[in-house]
Amino acid sequence: MYDSDKPVLEVKGLKTHLTTKNGVSKAVDGIDFSLHKGETLGIVGESGCGKSMTSLSILRLIPSPPGKIVDGSILFKGKNIVEMSEDQLRKIRGNEISMIFQEPMTSLNPVIPVGEQIAEALRLHQKLGKKDAWQNSIEMLKLVGIPSPEKRAKQEPFQLSGGMRQRVMIAMALACRPEVLIADEPTTALDVTIQAQILELIKKLQAKIGMGVIMITHDLGVVAETCDKVAVMYAGNIVEHAPTEQLFSDPKHPYTKGLLNSLPRIYEDQDELATIEGNVPSPYHLPEGCRFASRCAHREAICDRKLPELIEQSDGVKVRCWMYTDQWALHEEKEEVL
Amino acid sequence: MMMFILRRIFQTIPVMIGVTFVVFFIMQLVPGDPAVLLAGEGASKETIEGIREQLGLNQPLYVQYTDYLMNIFRGDLGVSLKNSQPVLDEILVRLPITIELAFFSILITIVLGMAAGIISAIKPYSLTDVSVMLIALLGISLPSFWFGLMLMYLFSVKLQILPVAGWDSILHIILPAVTLGAGGAAIVARMTRSSMLEVIRQDYIRTARSKGLRETVIIYKHALRNALIPVITVVGLQFGALLGGTVLVESIFAINGLGRMIVDAIRMRDLPIVQGGVLCASLIFVIVNLFVDIFYRFFNKRIELN
Amino acid sequence: MSLEVKTVQPNVIVNPTVSKPESKLKGFLSQLLMNKAATVGAFIIIIYILLAVFAPLIAPYSPYEIDLENKMMPPSSDHWMGTDDKGRDILSRILYGSRLSMGVGFAAVLFGAFIGIIFGLVAGYYGRWVDTVIMRIMDVMLAFPGILLALAIIAALGPSLINVTIAVGAFSVPLFARIVRGSTLEVKRLEYIDAIRSLGANDFTIIFKHIFPNILSPIIVQATLRLATAILSAAGLSFLGLGAQPPSPEWGTMLSSGRDFLFSAPFIALFPGIAISILVLGFNIFGDGLRDAFDPRMKK
Repeated sequence: MYDSDKPVLEVKGLKTHLTTKNGVSKAVDGIDFSLHKGETLGIVGESGCGKSMTSLSILRLIPSPPGKIVDGSILFKGKNIVEMSEDQLRKIRGNEISMIFQEPMTSLNPVIPVGEQIAEALRLHQKLGKKDAWQNSIEMLKLVGIPSPEKRAKQEPFQLSGGMRQRVMIAMALACRPEVLIADEPTTALDVTIQAQILELIKKLQAKIGMGVIMITHDLGVVAETCDKVAVMYAGNIVEHAPTEQLFSDPKHPYTKGLLNSLPRIYEDQDELATIEGNVPSPYHLPEGCRFASRCAHREAICDRKLPELIEQSDGVKVRCWMYTDQWALHEEKEEVL
Repeated sequence: MMMFILRRIFQTIPVMIGVTFVVFFIMQLVPGDPAVLLAGEGASKETIEGIREQLGLNQPLYVQYTDYLMNIFRGDLGVSLKNSQPVLDEILVRLPITIELAFFSILITIVLGMAAGIISAIKPYSLTDVSVMLIALLGISLPSFWFGLMLMYLFSVKLQILPVAGWDSILHIILPAVTLGAGGAAIVARMTRSSMLEVIRQDYIRTARSKGLRETVIIYKHALRNALIPVITVVGLQFGALLGGTVLVESIFAINGLGRMIVDAIRMRDLPIVQGGVLCASLIFVIVNLFVDIFYRFFNKRIELN
Repeated sequence: MSLEVKTVQPNVIVNPTVSKPESKLKGFLSQLLMNKAATVGAFIIIIYILLAVFAPLIAPYSPYEIDLENKMMPPSSDHWMGTDDKGRDILSRILYGSRLSMGVGFAAVLFGAFIGIIFGLVAGYYGRWVDTVIMRIMDVMLAFPGILLALAIIAALGPSLINVTIAVGAFSVPLFARIVRGSTLEVKRLEYIDAIRSLGANDFTIIFKHIFPNILSPIIVQATLRLATAILSAAGLSFLGLGAQPPSPEWGTMLSSGRDFLFSAPFIALFPGIAISILVLGFNIFGDGLRDAFDPRMKK
């Protein structure tokens, strides 16, 4: 039996690679994290770091070809999603784990009334009749704060604003009361004021339904506002994993530090925003050593030789950097001796 | 939407008048004096002059054209040179047959074409897809008049399961409709496939997958409706090619429709019949296009506003 | 020791097509070769052209020689495609006929393209009422379904192969005009056209020297695809007895006479049809390939 103390979702050593004619792109290259009920995990990183690929991998939604999960496991309540049959997987999709996508403009079917788009999931998973499902989808629209939901349910997406559509997406994702919600940049395409409303809504509904949320974002502001813990991704790896407060107050990895330095701060004097020099390595040609080495101010010979492991420092804080290992200390001593 | 329909109808009127003008103008290209042609060889000067007077051929061209246009409005398309019957009567006898043929052909174009396109798109680059697309490529390259003859040879001469020619029963319709519809079906199949492949890449298909829907539901409910919108336009254009094609197919299968009427009239130099037939077919095409446009606009509205 | 002569280059306004013609052509050709289907299409077309050119050398018999003793002979080692109702060798007739059928197709498309391109260039370049007038006329021409406009023209001019060429060409005019107009509008917006005009170039120079070379690719693609249709239409009109007349070995005419013997000698109608189909197939796949090579965006 599934134990409620255990994480509802556990990702171990996940590798998702894309095979194209240019070679193999290691978009997700060994990711570990876990999520409990009611908890919010943020996954942050620049575009192309593999965070969206990670989120799509969880429901096996990566377009294949070219994408393929080549290694690792995704345990949902102890069952491995990677090894599930299509039928088993479909019972989980939209029912126990659901997703909200970045583009509310294009993520809804343009020729189907929004109410129907919500109701079809209810009919499928909750085995509701046509009428009940429709009634339920109107309830959901009301829940996500759409005025005159009876009227809106019959409308097609083009009659709704961007913010409204994202609310519809949320209603759709939460209709079956999932245990995990994956929100892939849910607010990126929206106006700032709407962004705050949508985040507030997700938080409110999370408290109500008690689901675990994975918040995929490139926006550290969103992380600070919504997440309990954060995983920072870089070039297909998690480079730092920490409780949100700790990450912001005491970042460990040079990349995380760089990210935080590049944020505008209200209470401090900043002449200009810091940027991280250099480029992200191509996922087709990843270096042997630390993937951030070429942009890192603390780079040493060992960084180029071997990829560091993600090592736990203190409670819940994990870093993938040679600076926090014994090898680094040895290395420093050697330098002193010389 | 109402405004769009009205504007579109309004735009159609000049095109229709343009069509009458082109038809009228082309007939002016006929070498020689039409009055002499009408009167026949060895007619007296008085007879020729009489005909000229009677048909208004001694009037300036623009007067002749205005008369022609007015007569069309009155439903007077002139009389056949061969049997002196009103052209409109002849057309009204022939038109239903052609419309019936066109209806079944466009049905084949749509059903066969879309089905083939969907089958191809479901498993792109598979053996099925490649074979279907090769057949479609052949379909747009085969001359319909030859394809019709070969069908006739196979099914009527060799297998003897379908009648050779004529227009009496539903069995008579099969071969001509297949002949006429096949080319369009090939084009619709290619269009449906590429449109489906385009739609399957869209975000809302991923959303549908993330909801746990079955692949069949995703394809028939979520993808197909969107994919068929651009296909509507192609079907509309195919209708024109199809109307033109009736000329060939009706001749092959000895069907007494509008197309065969035109061809026979050209051979017998019965110009009023040709004029009336071409005009009638073109006006039908203009009207069909009008409907296709409104239809398309109706379905496309949501996508445009997206 | 020679003095190095430094020439001061004025700010040359570079025409995008002439900037690196060689590399562009190379890229295009490699694109085209990579497309296997296009290569097959080109191969078919070249074979047909060679057969047409060397027909007198290849053809085993005269296309017109009547031999009533050997009429309607099924294919054999003497007559690979059999003989027709007058005992003429079908293979030889098809070889000679390729000159007519392809000739009519090429001539019709050239004629249609020539007029269509001029209309399109003028409409696109001058805009305003000129554009409106020309394009409305084109709309009207497009309102005629399929080959009906061609039929009307033949009805007026009388049945003959030349009139078929004119008629089939006429109904390609609006298609070329539309495409050329669209491309002209695009090119006209480019900055260098303004620059050339400010240098005092006249309209004629701008249209034919600067705009026209830039819009060649869509014209070539359209012409290739139109060739397929033109050959089909011309053969169809001859099939109806409105084009080439017997005993011409034009393929449509051959098919038409073969149709009377469908019961006793189906091969008379079979082979001309196959000849047309393969040629048209060649143009269609070559045209598709050209389109992909010219416009990688269109690739699916």
